[in-house]
Amino acid sequence: MNDKLVIGGHEFESRFILGSGKFSLDMTKSVIENGGVEMATLALRRANVGGEENILDYMPEGITLLPNTSGARNANEAVRIARLARELGCGDFVKVEVVNDSKYLMPDNYETIKATEILANEGFIVMPYMYPDLIAARAMAEAGAAAIMPLAAPIGSNKGLSTKDFIQILVDEINLPIIVDAGIGRPSQACEAMEMGVAAIMCNTAVATAGDVALMAKAFRLAIEAGRAAYLSGLGRVLNYKAEASSPLTGFLED
Amino acid sequence: MENTNHMEYQKGMEVIDSNIMNQVLKLTSEYNYRRYSARDVENALMKSRLSIDDYGAVLSPAAAPFLEDMARKAVMETRKHFGNSVSLFTPLYIANYCENHCVYCGFNCHNKIRRGKLNHQELEEELKEIASTGLREILILTGEARNASGVQYIGDAVKLASQYFSTVGLEIYPLNSDEYAYLHECGADFVCVYQETYNTDKYQEVHPSGSKRIFPYRFNAQERALLGGMRGVAFGALLGLDDFRKDAFATGLHAYFIQQKYPHAEISFSVPRLRPFINNEKNYPNDVHETQLLQVMLAYRLFMPFAGITISTRERAGFRDNVVGLVATKISAGVSVGVGGHKNDEKGDEQFEINDSRSVDEIHEMIISRGLQPVYSDYIRI
Repeated sequence: MNDKLVIGGHEFESRFILGSGKFSLDMTKSVIENGGVEMATLALRRANVGGEENILDYMPEGITLLPNTSGARNANEAVRIARLARELGCGDFVKVEVVNDSKYLMPDNYETIKATEILANEGFIVMPYMYPDLIAARAMAEAGAAAIMPLAAPIGSNKGLSTKDFIQILVDEINLPIIVDAGIGRPSQACEAMEMGVAAIMCNTAVATAGDVALMAKAFRLAIEAGRAAYLSGLGRVLNYKAEASSPLTGFLED
Repeated sequence: MENTNHMEYQKGMEVIDSNIMNQVLKLTSEYNYRRYSARDVENALMKSRLSIDDYGAVLSPAAAPFLEDMARKAVMETRKHFGNSVSLFTPLYIANYCENHCVYCGFNCHNKIRRGKLNHQELEEELKEIASTGLREILILTGEARNASGVQYIGDAVKLASQYFSTVGLEIYPLNSDEYAYLHECGADFVCVYQETYNTDKYQEVHPSGSKRIFPYRFNAQERALLGGMRGVAFGALLGLDDFRKDAFATGLHAYFIQQKYPHAEISFSVPRLRPFINNEKNYPNDVHETQLLQVMLAYRLFMPFAGITISTRERAGFRDNVVGLVATKISAGVSVGVGGHKNDEKGDEQFEINDSRSVDEIHEMIISRGLQPVYSDYIRI
């Protein structure tokens, strides 16, 4: 079966996107390999961590870079960072992050919509990180987003699908890949999101803070694959109050 | 100046519309850390978000037996918000002239030390030398002397520094918001102002003369810096100067209320303790031993898990090595606290005695050996 993740016309086999901001660089390669990762974020503000080291040196060949605009507090700053990333040769993909809250790091949907429109018009493949709000997601889609990246829970919290119902609405209503970004803490939560019909999972902290990061990356890969297979196969029905009586309770009606 | 009312603004000092100082001073005056029990501490540690009262509990003597529990919770919070990243930076003292008489500080205007100020060429040589170590973040410091180290002089230094460094912070005398705006335009984005002590009587006593004596002007410096466009501000009390628990409590509240009013601001803490300085070998931090210092750091982390915490070379290497990743997120490296001293000989004497003189490479290796990631640049100037 041809089941590829398509974002902005680019095809990916893997539905596991890696956030790279919380790793030691030397772990990056084994995480990518064990996780079967094809796309990884790159925080431009940390692209060069200093000294002799550069995160790009640790990215295996063939990885699609997803530069993000972390550090941007408004649409203008996000646009400037995205342009800088493209100038530096990071490609056309960009994950728009606009955060104006130092405590919870909540994305600013309003500014994100503005940045999405500007960048999409400039030919970027825009993947906006957002709080899962249907109206905002529609506006981002309208503005030219290539995918929508709602948070499942506050960034770094590993709390799982706190916003599950709202993500489901996006999956049902928005005709773009919905990629859960932020908050996923366990492979089982990634699996559950995939079962819902989410197109891909992005995570960072859950893997970076695991005891064995390479093994955890593998666990996520398997969970994401399992969830996708479950979604495609059509989940079995769930019985609750509709227990099936062998003799129908309404069979006495004659009309 | 001795007779100046230390709570009254002087001519030229900008007054802003803020009630944060009153809130902090009121809550701190009501903070009785002896009233907390072990139960209060346990309750606080079970919460995902600490209230102000919980914060008071984890700073209290009742929390001392729970230091290990606090550390276990703190390391999880640190990992959650910062991963395994530890940022590196170094301070550069560009001048040590000072117009204040702070009785605890080596730069105080009555202390007979060598005074100096880097000229443009010396500054550039120092910056180049520091940049060659790989560092990308620098903190520019001066003594507190408007006349000797004016805003224009600091602005020129910032412009030069931003050619070599992606992040430029300032630790200078408090300014008005338009002056902060000017320095922000020159390339500075972060401002540290340490209140020293939040006990206004003690503050008056240890600042007998100089403009630093004016407590509220200093207190509101972070707010003016943010109004001037700075992206982040740092807070700290000089632990050991007065009752460290009350000072730490006030520091946390100060940062907390600033964060509430300015949600975009990047908040960080420093935890300086009194250190000996030239002509005062006995300037020790009284009852703030490492155990108490760590308790303060852990309390900051639990109360404001997203805030950066810097550990300076005032502390010994063994302490620094163990608090990075656990609670501290930023560490200085290759430090000189005299004026210059990286490329050329020091032009002025040191502010205090440092306790850890390791180079950038040595600190880098230490971070790696602890399974952490040294980060030199975590900022993009937009």
